[in-house]
Amino acid sequence: MPVVLENLGKRFGDGAPVLDDVNANIAQGEFVALLGASGCGKSTLLNIMAGLELPTSGALEVPSDGAAFMFQDAALFPWLTARENIELALKLRGVGKADRRTKANELLDLVHLGGAGDKRPHELSGGMRQRVSLARSLAQDRQLLLMDEPFAALDAITRDLLHDELERIWKETGRTIVFVTHNVREAVRLGQRVLLLSSRPGRVVQEWNVTEEHRTDAGLAGQLTGVITARLREEIRRHAK
Amino acid sequence: MPSNTTPLAEAPAPGEASGASSDASSAEKVHAALTRSSTGNEDLRELESGLDSLQSDAARAVRIDWSRILLPVAALVVLILAWQFYVSLGLKRRDLVPGPLDVLGQFGTLWAEGSLQEAVWTSLQRGLVGFLISVAIATPIGLLLAQVAPLRRAFGPLISGLQVLPSVAWVPAAIIWFGLTDATVYFVVFMGAIPSIINGLISGVDQIPPQYRSVGTVLGASRLQMAVQIILPAALPGYLSGLKQGWAFSWRSLMAAEIIAVGGTIGFGLGSMLNQGRDLADMTVVMSAILLILAVGILIELLVFAPIEKRLLRRRGLLAGSTR
Ligand SMILES: Nc1ncnc2c1ncn2[C@@H]1O[C@H](COP(=O)(O)OP(=O)(O)OP(=O)(O)O)[C@@H](O)[C@H]1O
Ligand SMILES: [Mg+2]
Repeated sequence: MPVVLENLGKRFGDGAPVLDDVNANIAQGEFVALLGASGCGKSTLLNIMAGLELPTSGALEVPSDGAAFMFQDAALFPWLTARENIELALKLRGVGKADRRTKANELLDLVHLGGAGDKRPHELSGGMRQRVSLARSLAQDRQLLLMDEPFAALDAITRDLLHDELERIWKETGRTIVFVTHNVREAVRLGQRVLLLSSRPGRVVQEWNVTEEHRTDAGLAGQLTGVITARLREEIRRHAK
Repeated sequence: MPSNTTPLAEAPAPGEASGASSDASSAEKVHAALTRSSTGNEDLRELESGLDSLQSDAARAVRIDWSRILLPVAALVVLILAWQFYVSLGLKRRDLVPGPLDVLGQFGTLWAEGSLQEAVWTSLQRGLVGFLISVAIATPIGLLLAQVAPLRRAFGPLISGLQVLPSVAWVPAAIIWFGLTDATVYFVVFMGAIPSIINGLISGVDQIPPQYRSVGTVLGASRLQMAVQIILPAALPGYLSGLKQGWAFSWRSLMAAEIIAVGGTIGFGLGSMLNQGRDLADMTVVMSAILLILAVGILIELLVFAPIEKRLLRRRGLLAGSTR
């Protein structure tokens, strides 16, 4: 198990706990969608897994070499070209100068951006930036890839394509992916397993398996989406006054 | 597998229909596809490259924009004509308000004497040397203050305060300490330039989006790599505006020092020329000196800082929409 979360809790200062008693196991090579309403602590949980923040209680097990991370906005460095952004990740990982360029070009090809390596981030469209960002997180070469609403800011057409793209890359590279989203459809489209996080405090309250049939049968997928949406709304309604 | 290719526009969701509210489903018109929407790698590649070319700008040709040159020149001509017009009205004595031609004549005389070249060269040299030394001193201090919180808390207010203090206030102290030597002039320049460069660098570092540091951490950067590969380049725009202000402060401080501290081993600079004009009560010399001081400032801005800044901002996509 590359990721094990045990009774994980997090509170900021002395406010109410954001996460409380989170339990989850994620298997090698699995694609898990972490679903929850806005502000329920998804990013916090992901940051804890990435080592950017420390939990206040509980224990977690992540791969010893850490995790690759993909942010909501591409978070590319504007003073570097697309290729240089990827090369920087390789450099900080300790890849020698000679290999960096070839490696970066391979990764750009993988995300279908072979021709855009010399462009700067501001010259790329939102979808292209996210693909560069994906390539950069793949450059980290970590088994575990954490993604924090990476496609939330994109238009629907681009997002559909990037879903296909991500599924393809996941299959090609065999990564373990934890994908955070507040979009039920996106969770059903991508995850093999959908974990629902409750709000205040955040806790895994239910999970669903998404099978290969759901990938091709729109009716089946729609039905599952409906079920999960209903459960999510129930969770949100609990907080109504 | 053609059946896969139909994205589900509006999923009939039994859960939604049976119970809950209808708010969210009606608010969001366009839904993501629930199933695969492309038929394979080749199809995906094609679709993506189509979108990419639709969504990114076509390369724009870079042309010389003549209005950038002609408009300032026109403005200058208008100002000089207005000046000449005012003088020719004869409201004031000619020796109190000389016309453009009188000043031009004085320029010629000063040039022939060689004192114009000497003054410009002496001042420019001092200004640049003083500025460069200031940069070398201020940059490490600024980085240190920006990165080490206790130091920043301790010295931050002092540095900001120094920026407010007119550096001309240091002239008497400098003359007492260093006498009428170049050291006096440089000291005053340092006291003017160093605080503003430090402040520029600190605010440049402060304005770095916190996410850049997170990215650095996630990518596994060490402390040094973080400072050199991420913090410094990210802070460059703020640092550059600090440098610009630092130069302006150097130049002003230098003029102040040269006007007040005259004689001794201090050479003849533009400030000294200004002072000389006052002593001789020769308004044409005074105006020549003022115009030269202004011209040097404008030229350094146009020839050194503007191109660097423009290049920096354009590479980062920060120029669009500005009126530069
Ligand atoms: N550094 C922090 N200090 C204090 N409170 C924080 C901090 N970071 C997050 N929080 C709080 O924790 C809660 C969860 O935040 P988090 O960003 O993890 O939510 P999220 O599920 O990712 O939301 P979104 O869908 O908006 O991204 C929020 O109420 C937020 O105000
Ligand atoms: Mg979030």
